[in-house]
Amino acid sequence: MQKEQKINSTENIEIQLLFEGIFLKYGYDFRDYGKAHAKRRILHRLGLSDLKTISDLQSKVLHDESFFQLFLQDLSINTTEMFRDPDFFKEIREGVIPILKTYPFFKAWHAGCSTGEEVYSLAILLYEEELLSRAQLYATDFNHIALAKAKDAIYPIGNLKEYTRNYIKAGGKSSFANYYNARYDSAIIDKSLKKNIVFSDHNLVTDSVFGEMHMVMCRNTLIYFSKELQDRVIKLFYDSLIPGGFLCLGSKESLTFSVHRELFEPFNQKLKIFRKKY
Amino acid sequence: MKLNSLKYGAVVIGTSAGGLDALSEVLPNLRKEFPIPIIVVLHISPSSDSYLTEYLNNMCELLVKEATEKEVLEPGVVYFAPPDYHLLIEEDGSLSLSNCEKINYSRPSIDVLFETASWSFGEKLIGIVMTGANWDGSAGLKTIKENGGFAICENPQTAAVPRMPESAIDLAKPDLVLELNEIGPYLNRLI
Ligand SMILES: C[S@@+](CC[C@H](N)C(=O)[O-])C[C@H]1O[C@@H](n2cnc3c(N)ncnc32)[C@H](O)[C@@H]1O
Repeated sequence: MQKEQKINSTENIEIQLLFEGIFLKYGYDFRDYGKAHAKRRILHRLGLSDLKTISDLQSKVLHDESFFQLFLQDLSINTTEMFRDPDFFKEIREGVIPILKTYPFFKAWHAGCSTGEEVYSLAILLYEEELLSRAQLYATDFNHIALAKAKDAIYPIGNLKEYTRNYIKAGGKSSFANYYNARYDSAIIDKSLKKNIVFSDHNLVTDSVFGEMHMVMCRNTLIYFSKELQDRVIKLFYDSLIPGGFLCLGSKESLTFSVHRELFEPFNQKLKIFRKKY
Repeated sequence: MKLNSLKYGAVVIGTSAGGLDALSEVLPNLRKEFPIPIIVVLHISPSSDSYLTEYLNNMCELLVKEATEKEVLEPGVVYFAPPDYHLLIEEDGSLSLSNCEKINYSRPSIDVLFETASWSFGEKLIGIVMTGANWDGSAGLKTIKENGGFAICENPQTAAVPRMPESAIDLAKPDLVLELNEIGPYLNRLI
């Protein structure tokens, strides 16, 4: 048992060194990510490789950039869907959009946009509420492969049934089929929805603010960060928002444990929509 | 993880088909002021609401709640993984969530909870696998045993669905196989 304890702590040391090395060499900073999840991903990659220890993996990551790129995909979880949590999107439509409508023009930042399904959901909502032409949407992620897919906006047709169900539950006003073209086994999102979206590479840990946002949406990304890193990123969102701007988090995320909770007021606590205080 | 003077620091439970009934039999038996936390993965549909924890909370002496990310484990509280998220335990005794891919066709997955709990609690962990129709939890229970923890399985012969405890017994060689109604009283005595 004594021995087992030691083995575990060696692994933790190796993980720390691995992330230190990645930061120094490639600039990606995973040092403050949640430890249990990071360790699972690392051991997963180790299991798939013929490497024996995390130290071996560190050596390979530092010497072989293509291996690093592969490993980067392990560390970035891209699970997403359109109109995920339909109640949330319903509240955006019925609660938030009427307030956004009072601005002649508005900007929204979608941080951790993954392969884009969420930002297109938002674009559809805005279109139906006749607000898309007045909106500038920024969709960012640090994962280039996910971002490229987001720009392409081509999704497996098999997913569309669920997305359609979500769309209807979220109060969709039209037929969901109007928003995509089916080609063989793919659904291509209609070009008109992309017009007001700028996709770009942005790392929430190491890059800086996006100014004057009316809304920041960052869902299911903060869960991968330590509490300290969450606090830093929430401050980044605070600094990016105008007073009264909206911060939207994932359904299991909250500001309850954040040192910055006093800077925001709940708009819809249950659906994790907050406003920056005036 | 902050180690108290008790022999065990946490109990983790995994179950699937038939699991709600099984938990309704086990959890209410646990005594008031049970001195360590209990963390549960029950396979449920991604769109389930909070009915389940409310239902169990009404039957139990202990507080039963859905786990919140970053909250710190408290003694005498039963935490459930939320639908569609994996639940992980950090070494500082706090909880994390993840929506990474399904493991054993499951999210939440029992293996994810058991494995991370074992990293944090080592030999101070008790793992329990009960009724269910797949093999999620077997590998996790094996990890718990390898790290010196204590493993219990429900008796497959009398379980609502035998597959899950059967598979865990095969792979992990648990310390004990118990009937459902024996699990609560056993934990009360052990801890
Ligand atoms: C689970 S996805 C969330 C997708 C979408 N928001 C949703 O909830 O459906 C998390 C995303 O966060 C991104 N991510 C993780 N760390 C990041 C960082 N430091 N900077 C920017 N994006 C990050 C990942 O690449 C991934 O695409």
